[in-house]
Amino acid sequence: MKKVMTGHKAVAEAMRQVEPDVVAVYPITPQSEIAEYYAQYVADGIVRTELVPVESEHSAMSACVGAAAAGARVITATASQGLALMVEILYIAASMRLPIVMALANRALSGPINIHCGHSDAYLARDSGAVQIFAESAQEAYDYMLMAQRIAEHGDVRLPVIVNLDGFTLTHSSQVVETLPDEEAKKFVGDYEPLYPLLDVDNPSVWGPFAMPDYYFELKRAQQAGMEAVPEVFLSVQDEYSRLSGRPYKGFFEAYKLDDAERAIVVMGSTAGTAKVAVDELRSKGEKVGLLKVWLWRPFPRAEVADALSGAKAVAIMDRALSFGNMGALYLDITSAFAGREGPAFVNYIYGLGGRDVPVEHIVQVFEDLRDAKAGELRYLGLRE
Amino acid sequence: MKEIRWHGRGGQGAKTVSQILAQINLREGKHVQAFPEYGPERSGAPVRAYNRISDEEILVHSGVYHPDIVVVIDETLLESENPTEGLKPDGVLIVNSSRSEDEIRRTTGFRGRIVALDATKIAQEAGTGYPNVPMLGAVVAVLGTDPKIAEEELKETLSHRLPPEVVEKNLRAFRAGYEAAKGVYVGG
Repeated sequence: MKKVMTGHKAVAEAMRQVEPDVVAVYPITPQSEIAEYYAQYVADGIVRTELVPVESEHSAMSACVGAAAAGARVITATASQGLALMVEILYIAASMRLPIVMALANRALSGPINIHCGHSDAYLARDSGAVQIFAESAQEAYDYMLMAQRIAEHGDVRLPVIVNLDGFTLTHSSQVVETLPDEEAKKFVGDYEPLYPLLDVDNPSVWGPFAMPDYYFELKRAQQAGMEAVPEVFLSVQDEYSRLSGRPYKGFFEAYKLDDAERAIVVMGSTAGTAKVAVDELRSKGEKVGLLKVWLWRPFPRAEVADALSGAKAVAIMDRALSFGNMGALYLDITSAFAGREGPAFVNYIYGLGGRDVPVEHIVQVFEDLRDAKAGELRYLGLRE
Repeated sequence: MKEIRWHGRGGQGAKTVSQILAQINLREGKHVQAFPEYGPERSGAPVRAYNRISDEEILVHSGVYHPDIVVVIDETLLESENPTEGLKPDGVLIVNSSRSEDEIRRTTGFRGRIVALDATKIAQEAGTGYPNVPMLGAVVAVLGTDPKIAEEELKETLSHRLPPEVVEKNLRAFRAGYEAAKGVYVGG
């Protein structure tokens, strides 16, 4: 059914349909309403979830780890500083192979303190071992919250999955979202079969043991195997979900008018929608431009992204966070995928920090500037200098 | 696509009516967006909210810079906020004011179409006290939206939070706002 709802509400609706055993959450702008909606569902008896109102995000993720190890299905949500506080335990969640699903309302990290969108929070957790997916719209945030459950819990994966949605731009904006009927969503997500739950006292198991130089390395390699299993699982979950929802999710990224594009942009999150408008505008004037919108950021689909971009002459890779002292993280992901092969001229754009707006004209200008791109250049879009 | 910018003060319900308008437009089969501008918002401080309404899917996620309609719920913002900034020359300025359209034209310098309605008085007479609902009525008129669809949606939404007699008062306020603006159409 189609309804007008905010990104918050879309995420909360997906959570209501999943109805996890435990939600441990601490409110932070621009995530708070997700926690508030869910707390209301619990208070109203709509869901039977154990809501753990913790005193910090560090405790939220710790409670998630404990509950997940005990055998519970667990969801949390946070943003910015909240994720920063969680990160210590997020690494542990990933190493313990706990399928915790998290909605991350992307907000620029302090300082200076700011409440608006940036991807520096997601980038902070880049190497945590969590799978990371970016949504373009409230609709995609809803859809991926359901798919995330299946990806996280798949036997070959068993890793935390973060669904990123741009703070305010998606969380606080009312859009048209079509949700699945409850029974279809529940059937798609399925029952959760925990692996070696701590509460199975007849079959005791060890979680989070000490690992010295004799085993630490092997355990980390095993964790990497979980990440390596993600792409195949991601595609099959997408396929099943697409058939169920009628919305086409196919691939690690969306290639928008990219096939014959000479100039292309790569971007993650809500700016991809704005970029589509710019692409359409330029296409109507006969210009061969296109867009690659990344859905799956970690693990990064190196080979597939490289193949999709190899036909372009010039590509602008847009990062919504600085990686101080180097090019943006997404730029490095993509250019490294071209190691040893011929590729387009790549330019890196840092954009939208701290909620700086990205109007269509700015994207049009990026395409214009790509006509004489200097490969390896770092540029700033929308910055006053 | 039509873009709307609402100017109000914190507590006047600009954000609420922008969301209800989005629901109304969805009900008539349009694609919609509604979003407020977030700053250090607090009661009485200037706030802005936005709508996009389109026959096609709305992909853009940026702010609104060239609105087709500007709605000013609090008249004092005419001086302090420059609400006509970016308003399209063929757009419509809708102001909650007891002053005449000519007076508002002199204050704002806007040369396009102006609708002035005393939404505060309408709301008082209807017994609600909130000028946002008559202003919503005016916007629905200027957009050329079927008022029956709008009333159905408004009634349904308000019924979730308000007792029936208060819903009825709001519907009266909405109709009076609609009537005050009827005849001015933003076009296309």
